[in-house]
Amino acid sequence: MQNELKLNFDKIISLNNFSDSQKKIKQENFNNYFEKGLPNKRNEDWKFSDINQIISKNFDNLNFIVDQKKFFEEKDFPLDFEHNKISFVDGKLYDFDFKHEDKDKILVDQNLDLDDTIYQNTLLNLNSAFLTSVSKITIKKGYNVKKPLILFNYLSDGLKSSAINSRVDINLEDESSLCLVNFLNENSEKNFINFRQKIKIGENSILKNYNLDSYTSENIKYFNKDINLSKNSHLEYFILSEGSKFIKQDINCNLDDEYGSIALNGIINLENEKHHEIKTVINHKKENCKSYQLIKSVLNDKSKGIYQGKIFVSPEAQKTDGYQLSRALLLNESVEFNAKPELEIYADDVKCSHGSTSGNIDENSIFYLMSRGLSYSESKKLLTNGFLNEVIEKISNEDVKRLVKKLSGINV
Amino acid sequence: MDSRQKEIDSLKDYKYGFSTDIENTKAPKGLNEDVIKFISNIKKEPQWMLDFRLKAFERFKQLKEPDWQKPKYPKIDYQDLYYYSAPKSMKDKPKSLDDLDPKLLETYKKLGIPLQEQARLNGIAVDAVFDSVSVATTFKEELTKQGIIFCSMSEAIQKHPELVKKYLGSVIPTTDHFFATLNSAVFTDGSFVYIPENVKCPMELSTYFRINASETGQFERTLIIADKGSYVSYLEGCTAPMRDENQLHAANVELIALDDAEIKYSTVQNWYPGDKDGKGGIYNFVTKRGLCKGKNSKISWTQVETGSAITWKYPSCILKGDNSIGEFYSIAITNNHQKADTGTKMIHLGKNTKSKIISKGISAGKSDMMYRGLVDISSKADNSRNFTQCDSLLMGNKCGAHTIPYIKNKNLKSNIEHEATTSKISDEQLYYCNQRGLNQEEAVSLIVNGFCKEVLQQLPMEFAVEAQKLVGISLEGSVG
Repeated sequence: MQNELKLNFDKIISLNNFSDSQKKIKQENFNNYFEKGLPNKRNEDWKFSDINQIISKNFDNLNFIVDQKKFFEEKDFPLDFEHNKISFVDGKLYDFDFKHEDKDKILVDQNLDLDDTIYQNTLLNLNSAFLTSVSKITIKKGYNVKKPLILFNYLSDGLKSSAINSRVDINLEDESSLCLVNFLNENSEKNFINFRQKIKIGENSILKNYNLDSYTSENIKYFNKDINLSKNSHLEYFILSEGSKFIKQDINCNLDDEYGSIALNGIINLENEKHHEIKTVINHKKENCKSYQLIKSVLNDKSKGIYQGKIFVSPEAQKTDGYQLSRALLLNESVEFNAKPELEIYADDVKCSHGSTSGNIDENSIFYLMSRGLSYSESKKLLTNGFLNEVIEKISNEDVKRLVKKLSGINV
Repeated sequence: MDSRQKEIDSLKDYKYGFSTDIENTKAPKGLNEDVIKFISNIKKEPQWMLDFRLKAFERFKQLKEPDWQKPKYPKIDYQDLYYYSAPKSMKDKPKSLDDLDPKLLETYKKLGIPLQEQARLNGIAVDAVFDSVSVATTFKEELTKQGIIFCSMSEAIQKHPELVKKYLGSVIPTTDHFFATLNSAVFTDGSFVYIPENVKCPMELSTYFRINASETGQFERTLIIADKGSYVSYLEGCTAPMRDENQLHAANVELIALDDAEIKYSTVQNWYPGDKDGKGGIYNFVTKRGLCKGKNSKISWTQVETGSAITWKYPSCILKGDNSIGEFYSIAITNNHQKADTGTKMIHLGKNTKSKIISKGISAGKSDMMYRGLVDISSKADNSRNFTQCDSLLMGNKCGAHTIPYIKNKNLKSNIEHEATTSKISDEQLYYCNQRGLNQEEAVSLIVNGFCKEVLQQLPMEFAVEAQKLVGISLEGSVG
């Protein structure tokens, strides 16, 4: 596979008109990846999901070159509310539509401005090395985007054993707001998707970001997010993790200035042999910031759920308020749930706590419901739905909340 | 006031920081097969024991020093250490306490260890380990009457080889991690305890460890076996003289509890922590592991960690027998430049097993304190439960407090609960105490003792008083 990879990389370089500096960055990233390979379980961050093993088990060979589609027929998705959209096909920008908005206030662009950091995470090396373009979305200063913006991610039919690398940079300028939905709706044969988003939230701005992975697919996904928050900005983040065969969502939030706040909530709802991981790092860098995390998991059949969360508080970040809670329901003998909720604190005037529980459904509650005429499976369903609904109710956008309930089949 | 101040001053600094001039017999510096043979030879060990050591050494040579821990330390040159150091007077083994080197007895007196009459009054059986060898065991006769074996490891190898052979290395095998294998290869002495069936040990057993000679590593090995239906409470205390260089302490402790047996193991660790600028001090890299082998057995660890430049240990319980219970109570205090990476592992293998973890971490000065723990419930451990609580207290903004729990659950009938908080002593609390006439330091000591109360309660009486004092002393001058 190594030689093929090198050939693929050389081909990418020769087919595109990269500038010399771009070539250099790409080459360095590629070398780092080539040297170290994919992370395995000896790497602390990948302790519970050995991606090296997962990739080699699922793919004999990966194809890194995917041609840009000229024409693609978008499937209809049952969205019953007005929205703006951007669609990506095979990781590349395909089409966008902002019919509800002031066109001057939103910029969508495509170029290849790579940052020249050489990452330690080899999956990011891989991403930088094989990217042919970065999609950029900018919301102008003072503009509040009226309708939710949905990012559709399609894969073309018949695509298989391909590695899709994609990157979207989003910049919210000061005093702006955006409701962004990442719709991981690709529905195709087995592929490896390495998807990266870099988001900057300006002063006094609000970002609501919902990440919905609910369509059953055989794809193996790595989803990396870097979010930087400026002064007095707010991030509402939601994850619905239930569709893909494997997905690891790696979320890094930096509270770069005072009074920033983050509410990060997520659901892992799995069946069959799915393996999902959510890993979060909340970096409190300045005073008076808040972060709140709630992750709930329901595991069926032979699935495996993982939550790794970390709250980091630097010495300057006094008056930090950090909270983290992970709860899991194990519904089958063969499931596995691993959690690693971490606190790393260097400031003394802080309020930080975390909690983690895992266990089965309370038999007394089932008994209560059954004595009122429900069957065993109905009672179980009702209780798990109620368990997950607590997280869904935290979604502040009503349209998206309705969508999430529909997708996850929870109608309470 | 004056006398109180004097007492504080005398307590403030590390009061065990003297070294005693005693002639030592040392093995040649360095680590190789010859040194291991030398140690084995000088202790007149049987062949199987030497084989055990050499096997461990073979394994050790293949292992790499771990580097995943948070407190980093300069590389240790394992060839530049003495692996055996014994007070010379031990060469002709003393028949009774009266034959001991008076200087040695004086040292223990300074440490406040009741070796002779004091021991009788206090009713604690003591085994004292000086540098590498066990020098005296008190109360032997009374214990022997009940069939309890409490002696040094070397003696046990000579007199009770069948027990040692059967259990040594059964919890910490010779193929374990880096420091454990090093210990298996070069361990010099330690305590051995065997409690026969259905015997409740009538008194607390206690060991005192002291590192005296410079450039020595201390590698003792403790083995405690509680046979069916028995009970034992074991105490361990540690001190070392002040020295500029860092010294390595890599002990192994193995506990085995058979059916219905209970072992309670308490440690007050007060190794020299280094001076205010972080120079010198002990590296405390200890492997402690308990095996609840039989049904309904129970192992309980209680530790008060105030000393050492770096503490790096995870007293663990393997809950193999059905209905077995593991407990871990810990107070870890770091001040100045001390660093601690400590916690526990609870491995649930049997059905209906329970474990409870209470950890209190306090960091002050420029220190770093870390709780790292593992709770692992295997797929066969039906109806198991774990409860974990780790609280950290920070004093000042130059120190750090970290919590890294690893939680693995493979069993749907089991429950795991974990909670952790980090906070500081609030101004209101201090103000309230000041108002009632306590000065700043008394107030801090009071509040911290209250914070640790859950753990302090678990300690046997004799230790609880000492530990409470130690908690206060360790934090002197850290607030204000």
